[in-house]
Amino acid sequence: MAVLEEYVARIEETCGEEKDFIVIFKYDKKDEIVAKILKKAKTEKSISNIIFELTFKGVSFRVYKTGKAIFRNLKGKDEVRNIILELLS
Amino acid sequence: MMLDPYQIRDDFPILKRKINNYPLIYFDNAATSQKPKQVIDTIRNYYENHNANVHRAVHTLSQEASQLYEEAHEETAKFIHARSMEEIVFVRGTTEAINLVAYAWGLHNLEKNDEILVSLMEHHSNIVPWEILAKLRKCNVTYTEVTAEGSLNYEDLTSKISNKTKIVCVSHVSNVTGIVNDVRKIAQITHEHDALLLVDGAQSVPHIPVDVKDLDVDFLAFSGHKMLGPTGIGALYGKSEILEKMEPFQGGGEMIKEVSFNPATKRCNISWNTLPWKFEAGTPNICGGIGLMEAIKYLSNIGMENVKEHEETLTDYAMKGLQECTNVKVYGSKDVSLKCGIIPFSVEGLSSHDIALFLDNFGIMVRSGFHCAQPLHQLFKLSSSARASFYIYNIREEINRFIEVLGEIEQI
Repeated sequence: MAVLEEYVARIEETCGEEKDFIVIFKYDKKDEIVAKILKKAKTEKSISNIIFELTFKGVSFRVYKTGKAIFRNLKGKDEVRNIILELLS
Repeated sequence: MMLDPYQIRDDFPILKRKINNYPLIYFDNAATSQKPKQVIDTIRNYYENHNANVHRAVHTLSQEASQLYEEAHEETAKFIHARSMEEIVFVRGTTEAINLVAYAWGLHNLEKNDEILVSLMEHHSNIVPWEILAKLRKCNVTYTEVTAEGSLNYEDLTSKISNKTKIVCVSHVSNVTGIVNDVRKIAQITHEHDALLLVDGAQSVPHIPVDVKDLDVDFLAFSGHKMLGPTGIGALYGKSEILEKMEPFQGGGEMIKEVSFNPATKRCNISWNTLPWKFEAGTPNICGGIGLMEAIKYLSNIGMENVKEHEETLTDYAMKGLQECTNVKVYGSKDVSLKCGIIPFSVEGLSSHDIALFLDNFGIMVRSGFHCAQPLHQLFKLSSSARASFYIYNIREEINRFIEVLGEIEQI
């Protein structure tokens, strides 16, 4: 969990039928975080080096260069935390 | 006199910020507005020079704080053309104002099988309190339809209102589509059935001239933070003859005239304070009220007709720009004369949150989701929407940039 404390500022569950989870990483570490994620996850698409569409262990998500990520179809915040933990450890 | 947004922008320190190295473009004004330095300075000045608890103290600071706090009520009354400050109750915001009416009026005036008529375009804050109340009083909540354009269906309202209807609850301006409801007409229909009309003014009072006497509303609820004021302060307007008859909302200090122990009954006899204090239990948000007063003075100096005209011009300009974006869909009425500066939209193939995150990357702040109006999204068959909303400090150049970035999103 120390990894989460080090890198994650907030996890927001969005409103709307989509029930997405937005992960807001610590802004001053965003470059390090994005680099780590890009190393571990598979890049499906990169849009202008701003948005990266990625997959990791069957989970599709998007990471923004500004240090934010959007996860879909996950059951809850715990699942989001577990994926982030794996991505950033 | 036209409003000069470039001059106004100088008053808003936050607009000098950069987000992700881009100049901040703030298009989330329907959620909350930014604050001018005049309001920020007033709050600072209050705490540095006048801070004390209000009423029933004889010392100088309390007299000053009381004077300012009462002036804030008077200024708010003047702003919406209430008859006097007795008709202005300070609350935390629109939500608390509506809850105040639901509990202080509804609990004591609704009976089994009575009806509460609510529109389907309402913010959750004008739905949930009525559903809770209906459960408590075993009465019914009936919903009036909204047209495909997002306007209130007046025929449906007329057909659903009956002698069982005790209160009609509608928003003046929809927080999703920006559509302006014809409140005067609704008031007429409501009063023909001897019902009361509560209007959610959260999106109207900050943006268009509002005259409660002319509109003939019984209650009007609005928030300070959406109209340049601080958070945690808002107002409930109520016709004084209705407020007089109502029971208090909460009990405590300030809202009572006297609490005396009766040795015979071994209970306390309580008499209520005069209006509006009867509804302001406990130490109020004094600084919030004073901050709101400054915000109102700021808006009054500009003139609400000018505010309305500026937003109409911006909305028209933005709508025309959005029409050029092939994958962007705008919801609700396209007729700018029928709406305030709120534009709900989507980009084909993207969720509203993706749109908001992409725009955020370029320093553009818009809201995404249901905007606390899930029933209206259900009606429009939308899983969620992105929403751009404008205010006095927004300029055409920002809209140009917004459209430009949306054009980039379309390439995704």
